[in-house]
Amino acid sequence: MAQPLAKKDDDRDDEAEYSPFIGIEKGSVLQEARVFNDPQLDPRRCSQVITKLLYLLNQGESFTKVEATEVFFSVTKLFQSKDLGLRRMVYLIIKELSPSADEVIIVTSSLMKDMNSKTDMYRANAIRVLCRITDGTLLTQIERYLKQAIVDKNHVVASAALVSGVHLLQTNPEIVKRWSNEVQESVQSRAGLVQFHALALLHQIRQNDRLAVSKLVTSLTRGTVRSPLAQCLLIRYTSQVIRESGQNTQTGERPFYNYLDSCLRHKAEMVIFEAARAITELSGVTNQELTPAITVLQLFLNSSKPVLRFAAVRTLNKVAMTHPMAVTNCNIDMESLISDQNRSIATLAITTLLKTGNESSVDRLMKQITNFMSDIADEFKIVVVEAIRSLCLKFPLKYRALMNFLSSILREEGGFEYKKAIVDSIVILIRDIPEAKESGLFHLCEFIEDCEFTYLSTQILHFLGNEGPKTSDPSKYIRYIYNRVILENATVRASAVSTLAKFGALVDSLKPRIFVLLRRCLFDSDDEVRDRATLYLNTIGGDGSVGETDKDVKDFLFGSLDVPLANLETCLKNYEPSEESFDIDSVPKEVKSQPLAEKKAPGKKPAALGALPTGPTSTIDAYEKLLSSIPEFSGFGQLFKSSVPMELTEAETEYSVNVVKHIYDGHVVFQFNCTNTIPEQLLENVCVIMDATEAEEFSEVASKPLRSLPYDSPGQTFVAFEKPVGVPAVGKFSNMLKFIVKEVDPATGETDEDGVEDEYQLEDLEVLPADYILKVGVSNFRNAWESMGPDNERVDEYGLGARESLTEAVNAVINILGMQPCEGTEVVPNNSRSHTCLLAGVFIGNAKVLVRLSFGIDGPKQVAMKLAVRSEDETVSDAIHEIIASG
Amino acid sequence: MGDCKAINWQLICSREEFYSVRLFINFLCIIASSMETCPLIKNILLLDSEGNRVAVRYYSDDWPTNTAKFAFEKSVFTKTSKINARTEAEITMIDTYIIVYKCTQDLYFYVTGGDNENELILATVLQGFFDSVSLLLRDSVTKSAALENLDLIYCCIDEIVDGGIILETEAGVIAGKVASVSLESASSLTEQTIIQALTTAREHLTRSLLQ
Repeated sequence: MAQPLAKKDDDRDDEAEYSPFIGIEKGSVLQEARVFNDPQLDPRRCSQVITKLLYLLNQGESFTKVEATEVFFSVTKLFQSKDLGLRRMVYLIIKELSPSADEVIIVTSSLMKDMNSKTDMYRANAIRVLCRITDGTLLTQIERYLKQAIVDKNHVVASAALVSGVHLLQTNPEIVKRWSNEVQESVQSRAGLVQFHALALLHQIRQNDRLAVSKLVTSLTRGTVRSPLAQCLLIRYTSQVIRESGQNTQTGERPFYNYLDSCLRHKAEMVIFEAARAITELSGVTNQELTPAITVLQLFLNSSKPVLRFAAVRTLNKVAMTHPMAVTNCNIDMESLISDQNRSIATLAITTLLKTGNESSVDRLMKQITNFMSDIADEFKIVVVEAIRSLCLKFPLKYRALMNFLSSILREEGGFEYKKAIVDSIVILIRDIPEAKESGLFHLCEFIEDCEFTYLSTQILHFLGNEGPKTSDPSKYIRYIYNRVILENATVRASAVSTLAKFGALVDSLKPRIFVLLRRCLFDSDDEVRDRATLYLNTIGGDGSVGETDKDVKDFLFGSLDVPLANLETCLKNYEPSEESFDIDSVPKEVKSQPLAEKKAPGKKPAALGALPTGPTSTIDAYEKLLSSIPEFSGFGQLFKSSVPMELTEAETEYSVNVVKHIYDGHVVFQFNCTNTIPEQLLENVCVIMDATEAEEFSEVASKPLRSLPYDSPGQTFVAFEKPVGVPAVGKFSNMLKFIVKEVDPATGETDEDGVEDEYQLEDLEVLPADYILKVGVSNFRNAWESMGPDNERVDEYGLGARESLTEAVNAVINILGMQPCEGTEVVPNNSRSHTCLLAGVFIGNAKVLVRLSFGIDGPKQVAMKLAVRSEDETVSDAIHEIIASG
Repeated sequence: MGDCKAINWQLICSREEFYSVRLFINFLCIIASSMETCPLIKNILLLDSEGNRVAVRYYSDDWPTNTAKFAFEKSVFTKTSKINARTEAEITMIDTYIIVYKCTQDLYFYVTGGDNENELILATVLQGFFDSVSLLLRDSVTKSAALENLDLIYCCIDEIVDGGIILETEAGVIAGKVASVSLESASSLTEQTIIQALTTAREHLTRSLLQ
């Protein structure tokens, strides 16, 4: 055994610790390796030196090519020794040195001798070493021995050959495939692990032959599988077969489900878990199939072993995403896991509970989480915060409890990412739940009183400036904002000055007080703060010196920059200092489509001071800005809704075009975002010719062509149609892209003078009823429903025909109507026969609409639906019914 | 005009080639994913009470460089060192890896698998590793004992996993394979003593199981 070198580790205080490797050096060990060349070998000394070499390699030391070759050659001499232990070390070091092909030849004969030796240990290891270092040509030489080894009666030898086969299959598949008879034989082996390895190899040999895999699974699920590992493997292959056959067998029992079910009663926990997991991952799993799997997982939740609890809760967490109802049975067990010593388990338990919880359990859950939050790491906390945010959006009525929770954790210690997650969540909640606004803003104000992160402070101040003036008592925020001016660094101070100015501009009663505060800022030590204060005093001061109207002031303060920042940046970079000053109007206003912009600007910095947090409203703001800047469309009034971009070309074609539908009260504007993907071309006078023969109610009123479309720089062209006011007119348009092509020399960038007219066929587009409905949720559907009253209620029943499931029917109707599902009712509990779905929205003409859908499904999958609509206007209620009737 | 068309056509051709390459890559991915159906071990680590390597073995290319390996070990150790995993194996996740671990006074045993791996299989491998090392070190599972018998530890890891595939998980069998080598080499023992050694190994195991 290795002799301790007995050097004392001085780092230790009392306990003297001996390590044989202290002060070990590569150079001296390589010197020592010369003992391998001694005519009289000392096996024990040689073993020690090999151990040292292995130690060096294991610690991350690397040998140069020369050193490695030298060591390798001297190691080969050690095959002379008959010493078992030394031979074992020789095998290890050869694998570690991974010799090159010409070096391998030297050891091949020694290893082949060992492969045929009488000692099983030699044979098993020689096979593993040889297969590790060998290449294709050598493999054919030893193939015969390997085939024999696979069916060897010694199971260690057989396993070694089989495992080596699995590795070799990657590099030399054609050779290994010839062994399938032998492998087949050893699948029947009585030794558990041989069976496991044989099964793995056989499956990989046949993996592309679906029928063969299916046969293999069929025969083995009926036969005996000895080791738990092999059983796990078989379960995986079985679920693969189920997955692949899933499409063909529509009816009846799921094949092999009984086998998976029987594995739930296996004696090895490993197998039970594997089977339970496989069942939960079956596609379209039914409640009946899930129940036994959930039951065993539930037992695991109470196990004394952390690994078992972790495995179970992690699986249940995944199930909760798709089948929240199935997991609710485990909620009590899960709640006890919140106090689990292992924080990973506790976090998984919490997030699972948040997914499955119902409205009534929220309060109790929050109480438990509060205790839990104090002793977990930030990364877990972020997961919990995100789960709480989505819970709050699901149950808006509970916003008070959840908002209080968020504000309490906001006050506690935490890193930037964690705090940012909380602030973002509060901002989103304020946006989506109007009732939560006042308390949310108040919590944010409290937070900036003691916030160490400049980025968060400025973000909150900006948000406060936009939202604060619209609250019932804006004056109470002033104190918090002005405190920033007194106490913070220059960046935050400047941002606070802007926020103060916004209050001043919007709230007349506060104006004089704001002026007093702003004037104080004129003496700030930082020039940005002074400049801002001066600017705002002049703009909102209204003393006529700047001569701007009230509207201009508001535009200046609240309007976002009407040119995209990326464009402004490029223009500023290209600007050469000269007599001529930079003109902001020269910056192109076209918004680059998202994917290209991302490609073009890697590592785009977060936009400057007080960046607007991107939210759902900001895109529609941007559209509105863009459209109102075009004179042809400025008379259309208020933009009602803009659709998401819809592609009109296949991906990766010469020209890529998508369309955004902008709906006005009496008009529809189609915005075509075009990209030219050919570097050799410049397109000019790009426009879209729309044929409205299948859209009778529409008539074209204006078209705005795109002057030029260079390579890889997106541009927009618009077409506007008139339609009857307030009517949800629908229709189908066929489209043709028309343009003049000019050739460009990509090397010099020169453009040919002469262009040729060309056309490019685009896909058709449709205006649908859903385009006329805005997704606007209500926090309390019942209240809204009651207050709307039954005057304009319209109720009717519809048959939806045969549907795959209720979920599909519900989703189809939601999509047709384009309304916002409320209170999480878009999720259909598994296997329920009936379901009620609540939808809310705003119809064109700003009429609020509420819809209550009751679905029922009968035996042969026939779905019936009762549709009740309430709205502020009975014509709107009728219109909704018409949409369904015609959809 | 004609030239333009020609250029377009050329571009389309090259894109089609591009697609076929993509398809091929997808195909390779599918193959790779089906390989993963066999339980795979990503690495086995044995660290000391300060997070330094005693013996490590990586079976995956997820950590291509030494720096990456050391960084992984460091993050694993900082996350797990304060947790008491002496009696029962503990478990955690780092990035997309599942790590099961066990420790003694100054030795930390880790087994890592991918995030789709059956946690209990990993735990079985860990248990096999831990128990076989205990048997080989005759129950004094300390850093100094491990370093003095490092050759046995290396052999032990080599007997548990081969290239990511589990070879053996029974501690008695693993220790038997390693011990039969070392005992014979220590002094020229007869066959009788090997059997004796194996019996003691087995006794140790049963004792540890009964505890």
